[in-house]
Amino acid sequence: MNARKWLMLTLLIALLSVSAAAAQENVVVRWWHIVTTPAEFPVHMEQVANDFMAANPNVTIEITSLENEAFKERLATVMQAGDPPDLFQSWGGGVLWNYASAGLLRDITPELTADGGAWQNSFSAQAALNLFKYEDGYYGAPWNFGAVGFWYNTELFEQAGITELPATWDEFLGVVQQLKDAGITPIALGQKDKWPGHFWWVYLAIRTGGQATFEAAYTRQGSFADAPFVQAGELLNQLIALEPFQDGFLGQTYGDEAAAVGNGTAAMELMGQWAPGVQRGNSTSGEGIGDKLAWFPFPAVEGGLGTPSDVLGGGDGIAVGVNAPDAAIDFLKYFTSAEVQATHVEVMGTLPTVADAEASVTDPLMQTILGFRNNASYYQSYYDQFLPPAVAQAVLDAVDGLFNGVLTPEEAAQSIEDVASMEL
Amino acid sequence: MSSIAGQRFRVLPPQRPAGRNRPRTTREQLLTIGLFVIPGAIIYTLFLIWPIFQAGYFSLYKWNGLGAPTDFRGLENYLQAFNHDVFQQAITHSLIITVLSLVVQLPLALILSVTIGRKLPGRMIFRSIFFLPYVFSEVITAIIWGFVYHQNGMFNTIFGTIIPGYEPITWLADRNLALYAVFAVITWKYFGLHMILYMASLQQVSSEIEEAARIDGASEWQVLRYITFPMMAPTIRLTIYLSVLGSLNQFVLIWVLTAGGPANATHVLATYMYRFGIKSFNLGYGSAIAVIIFAVCLIFSIGYQRTIMHRDYAGAVE
Repeated sequence: MNARKWLMLTLLIALLSVSAAAAQENVVVRWWHIVTTPAEFPVHMEQVANDFMAANPNVTIEITSLENEAFKERLATVMQAGDPPDLFQSWGGGVLWNYASAGLLRDITPELTADGGAWQNSFSAQAALNLFKYEDGYYGAPWNFGAVGFWYNTELFEQAGITELPATWDEFLGVVQQLKDAGITPIALGQKDKWPGHFWWVYLAIRTGGQATFEAAYTRQGSFADAPFVQAGELLNQLIALEPFQDGFLGQTYGDEAAAVGNGTAAMELMGQWAPGVQRGNSTSGEGIGDKLAWFPFPAVEGGLGTPSDVLGGGDGIAVGVNAPDAAIDFLKYFTSAEVQATHVEVMGTLPTVADAEASVTDPLMQTILGFRNNASYYQSYYDQFLPPAVAQAVLDAVDGLFNGVLTPEEAAQSIEDVASMEL
Repeated sequence: MSSIAGQRFRVLPPQRPAGRNRPRTTREQLLTIGLFVIPGAIIYTLFLIWPIFQAGYFSLYKWNGLGAPTDFRGLENYLQAFNHDVFQQAITHSLIITVLSLVVQLPLALILSVTIGRKLPGRMIFRSIFFLPYVFSEVITAIIWGFVYHQNGMFNTIFGTIIPGYEPITWLADRNLALYAVFAVITWKYFGLHMILYMASLQQVSSEIEEAARIDGASEWQVLRYITFPMMAPTIRLTIYLSVLGSLNQFVLIWVLTAGGPANATHVLATYMYRFGIKSFNLGYGSAIAVIIFAVCLIFSIGYQRTIMHRDYAGAVE
């Protein structure tokens, strides 16, 4: 190669590196979400990202859409490798705090409190926002928060001659028996995934023990082996003894559960506010059971320390990875703004977390849940997300043991306490 | 049979003529050897030896996998594992799968290989069909079988159609059945590999010897028992080795099919490690389980190679 060629080559390389430097001003935001079904939901997520990118041409949002279980497994792996995505699905609580304490998340408090706390104060669901708070920092924000309750098929309830919705656990067991007597599968459950079943035990524990019992156990003043937690297992066993679930539920997934309700083969499921969309997505017709779907809250437990307005709930938020660029936080702010949340409500039937978007909830069922959430005397997030991972897994396993009939209520409660005593 | 030492001696390169000085390895030769060995040695150390030591180190800590481990606990993780009833069950399940693989999967592969390994019309088709499951990825296999075993899946539909009064079986939801249902999938997936190995080995068996035995009046069974199988022995020993190690490391099929459930009824060593180590963010504990699995595999591997497989390395046919 002669000198001239060398010169040309050097110039070329220099030119290339200059253009590469220019390109670096473009920011890439990696965003993982779990909105996969029905088909129009992920399309909406893409639309929101596209709108943001159109307004901010230097930002590229790379979306990775993962099914719930796959997401949890993949996230655990990248977290342990110390490489979180910039934005990702989070339910807040202990699992998120675990990441925050390890320095894997970016503190968004400066952005939240800027302009006299405009963004922070826009949230009507402050309890939901606080699930993303660890020590003095905020590490994410919620955009869909609701309550777990019973989604039921009014037609099947009518067929079974049920005229009144159950207000107490005993009445609920009566309703289940009535459905069984009418030859209808009362309840759909996807226990292979474990978390759908844990709602049952946790809600019962909220009713038997109330806020004080859980907080005592959580702060180690009390214990997860205390009487209300054992009683929750005993009450659950009353239900399990009626054999109310679809055949083979122990080996089936949440998708099977949603399909059973969406196809009208089971009368109800205990599930969060996202249930209607997932039922539609998993039903054979793609339509679910339409206006035959209705909702009632978890019944009271006589003699329990909790009240019927204590709510097990939670929902979706987005957490911010430690290496996230500023643009990621801008996008999160955009995503949780009242205007954009109103579009979430419209397309996906979510329950918004900012006051200005609440008016856009027009579906009467969703309005009921929204009221229930906003008037909660005690709002408890799902144990499997609120508690640290090891305890969360212990809760899932303990309740699974109850459903399988291999643990007694005492053993189930004790097995949670065994792990909690080491982890909390 | 000569001693083990004697046998090993035989595999050494031919002896140089006695009385002459062995040529000394020159610096140049050393350099060449070094150049060839170093890249491999670095990769081997970095990706195999180092992680093993790392796991051993982590296993002494209570550590959630985020940040550096600081909470030293000595052997507590190991004690906790051996006292955990689910871990004890996982060991039992791993052993059940190992034993079943040896007594069901390998004989099945052997029988099929002698059936279709010889002159059978259309044997190529059979060979492809039986080998096909091995080609599928494990995840795909597990998802397909998830459909087959589903409450409204293929098995229950077929049996419901042909058997009057058939009650659908909850294959993967029944604690007493799930492990065997999973084992059936493992067999379906892996017998093809063993079958192909046996068929390859069958090609080595000289037909003259079998022919001679037949002329001497040996029955087909006697030919198989005294001629064919003994001549296939090195391959059989190898497949036993592969099968045991494969069984001990079983993970993907089980995780996707049952995730260790229902109520831990299908946990094996690897799924237990994943569930209680990685999913629970208890990496110190998970590392302890990994070290235990590693030790079990290593002890088996060395023991089996020393006692059973060394003959094959020596090139001897029993």
